Formats: sequence, structure tokens, C-alpha cells
Amino acid sequence: MEYFTQQLINGLTLGSIYGLIAIGYTMVYGIIGMINFAHGDVYMIGAFQAMIAFLICGVLGLTWVPLQLALMLIVAVIFTSAYGWTVERIAYRPLRGSPRLAPLISAIGMSIVLSNYVQLAQGPRPKPIPPVIRGGFQIMESEAGFVVQLGYLQIVIMLLTVVLMAIFAYLIAKTPLGRAQRACEQDMKMASLLGVNVDRTISLTFVMGAGLAAVAGMMVTLYYGVNDFFMGFVAGIKAFTAAVLGGIGSLPGAMLGGILIGIIEAMWSAYFSTEYKDVAAFGILVLVLIFRPTGLLGRPEVEKV
Amino acid sequence: MSVTAAAMAEPDHTSLLKVTHLTMRFGGLVAIDDVSFVARQREITGIIGPNGAGKTTLFNCITGFYKPTVGRLELFRDGKVAYLLEQMEGYAIGQKARVARTFQNIRLFAGMSVLENLMVAQHNKLMLASGYTIFGVLGLPAYRKAERAAQEKAVHWLERVGLIDFADMSAGNLPYGAQRRLEIARAMCTDPTLLCLDEPAAGLNPRESAELNQLLLSIRDEYGIGVLLIEHDMSVVMGISDHIIVLDYGKKISDGTPAEVRNDPAVIRAYLGEEEEE
Repeated sequence: MEYFTQQLINGLTLGSIYGLIAIGYTMVYGIIGMINFAHGDVYMIGAFQAMIAFLICGVLGLTWVPLQLALMLIVAVIFTSAYGWTVERIAYRPLRGSPRLAPLISAIGMSIVLSNYVQLAQGPRPKPIPPVIRGGFQIMESEAGFVVQLGYLQIVIMLLTVVLMAIFAYLIAKTPLGRAQRACEQDMKMASLLGVNVDRTISLTFVMGAGLAAVAGMMVTLYYGVNDFFMGFVAGIKAFTAAVLGGIGSLPGAMLGGILIGIIEAMWSAYFSTEYKDVAAFGILVLVLIFRPTGLLGRPEVEKV
Repeated sequence: MSVTAAAMAEPDHTSLLKVTHLTMRFGGLVAIDDVSFVARQREITGIIGPNGAGKTTLFNCITGFYKPTVGRLELFRDGKVAYLLEQMEGYAIGQKARVARTFQNIRLFAGMSVLENLMVAQHNKLMLASGYTIFGVLGLPAYRKAERAAQEKAVHWLERVGLIDFADMSAGNLPYGAQRRLEIARAMCTDPTLLCLDEPAAGLNPRESAELNQLLLSIRDEYGIGVLLIEHDMSVVMGISDHIIVLDYGKKISDGTPAEVRNDPAVIRAYLGEEEEE
């Protein structure tokens, strides 16, 4: 029981991170009906930005942890959002209105460009940083002496995720930008006739997705303490799995899918095998695509006749 | 009424849209062939013609879906040329020149509520008021005021078109006639100076189409905007148009008041075919 609780906590933490990345996939899919395969690498860029911000803190001698965290967050979000905007501008906008395959290929190209660029700029070796937030609560202890720990960092990650989710849900449901995004999702031409600047709305969607990916990247940097240029690939594909599992295009679905994938992965590692944890996650993707292609919370497209 | 005299009609202070030598070619097909006319404020300009005459293509040129091959589309404001529509981006035609349109096949945002459809139409005003969303998230008073004003306007139009009881229903579930009215309400929420309606009476029963006539006349009289109206239902066109333009195979064949157009031999020929010579 104690072991299970510990795995659940770990799974929820991991799932929060996947969920934040998955939102980027799901929002972009919602608005332009296309998978942004460069999103995983945008997340990797976010992780590196957070790390660079942390190192700069070290150089400047800022040791107060909340200030370090705030600085990491701001730097990572701003710069990564700029990357997100650029990716859209270079790889997608010129191809708007071309066959679906073209932007898909340019997205994969963009993903390769980003990871190789980081490999060149930062070197191929994994980069470690020391833990920033240590310690936690001991919430139970078994008779055998197994201690269930809820780390402060895990609390930070889950809280931040919940807050961001609430902000985004409000943004999409209630603000003019959210309405414009939903309108573009349904009929881009019509939205533009009503005076909605569709290009800008799409750019902002990419920026928002990249911002969330940056937060996820920062949290991973804090959580694992190691970044490398290839980390975006697997994390990206897993977040994509999460988005599909939850129902691509649905915001709560992405979050739910992320958390489920996180828990499944943690449980699989704990009870079966750590080496095969990716198999579990992608096995889920296969099963979902076969038996419920619209995902858990996705709406099937019904044509009214 | 001779075609050339109407085409030469000089724009004056009541002009709203002046179309000169508009031509639209798709490869070898000439969908619109050298059409010129003037549409005025506070007037309903009917555009009629047999199927395939180029009526919808004309709308597509005016609203930026197509870039015309040749020709000018001048939009007037206060008697002066304010915008050249043929050179503008699609969204800017809605946003700056304030030309609104509806479609032959209804294009509502089916998954959004009726009220939200009208709110999207006021997007630009709200976007400015919300400081590109930042103040909106913070919920500042200026933004809340703008949002309230937008909602009042939406409610006003819902009452006008008799849909106030359906405000929270998703637009795709409305009955057909109601969807048509909602499209017009949505177009009006953009504060247009020119309203382009593509067959608004299609599929309406006689009672609904009489209500539509009343709505269009009141829009013209109260808001002083110009309406371009494509319609096959002759009782609508002849009943409410101040001025009618007839197209056939992309060419303008007649231009004048409903009475003039009705008696124009060229129009009768286009609709009924030529009488055989003995």
C-alpha cells in the first residue's frame, strides 16, 4: 500500500508534466488540424532555457530559491515562446493552404533542426544541475520501514500545473482570444470575414503551447536535474500519446491523458520493468487508436444529414 | 434603361461601393466580365441573374476571397474613397472596411453558442479593450465594461431576430430559418457599412421570407447602411430592392429600378430565352 501510494505520487508528478506538453499538441491540432511534431523539441528548448537561467543565477550570486525559480520561469517562458512563434512563422505559415502532408514534413524538419542546433550549441553530453528544491513531507511509513515521501518539488509541480490549467481553461472559455481560437477552429475563412486576424490567432496558439512546454521543461530540469538535446523526442511522443488518449483537440482531455500516461508509466516501472516503461505508454497509444480513436473526452465528428 | 448610362453614373456623396471594370477569370473561364456599378448607402441593391451568372463570384471578390483579375473595388466613406478592397487582406476587409457577408450555405460556428457567435463578431473591439487578452485575464474594469457592452449589443440583435430564448443553445442545433436570421444578426454585430447577403431567403417559407423583408428594410432605414442582396426569390428582390443589377454569363445586362429591370427585354431574354423569329 505504501509502495503504491509512492508510485501514485510519482506518477501524478510525471503526468502533470506530460499534460502540460500535451496541451500544446492539442491546441495546435485544434486550430489547424495538424500535429506539431516540433513541439517536443520546443519543450527541450524550454528545459535548456531554464537551465541557462539557473546558471546565470549562479553567476550573479542569486541564491534565494524563490527568486531563482521565478527567474527560470520567466526566462524559459519568454524565450521558448519566441521559439514557438518562430517555428510557426518559418515552418507553417508559408505552407498554409497547401496539402496536409507538406506542413507535417516541415514540422519534422523543424524538429530535427532544433535538436541538432541544441546539440551543436550545447554539446551532445547530458548537462546536470544541482537540485534546487530538496526535502519534503513524510506522509506514511510502513512496518518494514518504507517511507512514502511527498517532495516539496512535487507539490510545486502539481500546484503550478493546476493553476496553469485553471488559467487556460478561463482563457479559452471566456476571453476574446479564446473565442477567436474556437472560431478559427471551426471555420477559419468565416472568422477572418468577421475581422478576426487568423494568422495572429494561430501564432498566439503556438506561443501559448510553447509557453506551457517551457514550464514543463523547467519542471523536468528541476525534477531530474539532467538535460540533453535528445530529451524532446521521447517526451514529445509521450505527450502526443497523452493528447490522443485524452481526445485530441480537447484541453481537459490532454490533461487527463497526461496524468493517466504518467501514472501508467510509474506503475509499470514499479511493478514490471523500468526498461519497458515506454512500451507501456506506446502500447496505450496503439490500443486507443484501435478501439477509441476519438480518445476519452474527444467528440466524434458527427455529420448532420 | 441603357446599360452604359448606368455604368457611367458618377459617384456622389451617397455612394458606398463603386465597382469598375471588374473581371474575374479562372483559367479560360470568365466568371465576371467587365462589370461596373455603384451601390449606395441607405439602399438595397439587388443582384439577380440565372444560375452561374457570377453573382457569388462577385461577392467573393468584394469580400476578399478572390483577388480580381482586373478592376477596382472602391469603398467610400463620407463621399471619399476610403479603401480599395481588391488590395486588402481578407480579415482587414471585415475589420477596417467593415464589409460583412452571409453565405448561401450557412456558415455559423456550429459548435459555439448562439450568443458566442455574436461575440466573435465583435472580436476586434474586445481584443483592443482587453489589451490583447492580458487585461482580460486580469479582469480589469475597462475590459469588463467592453465585454458588457458587447453582450448588450448581442442581446439587442438576438431580440431583433427573435432568438433571445436560444442564446445559450449551440448554433448548429437551431432550426434552418433561425440559423439564417442568426447569420444576419452576426453580420450586423460587426458594425458593417456594407452588408452582403447571399440568398438569405433560400429555404425559408413565405411567412419567414416576409419577416426577412421587414428585417432588411429596417436595417436599411435605421442603420443607414448599404445592402447588396443576391436572391432568387423574386418577391423578395422586387419587393425591397431600391436598385437592381442583372448579370448573365458574367456580364451586366441591366441596371435600374425594379420596374425598369422587369420590363427590360435583355432581362426577359436571359430568363425566358429568345423568341424565335418567324
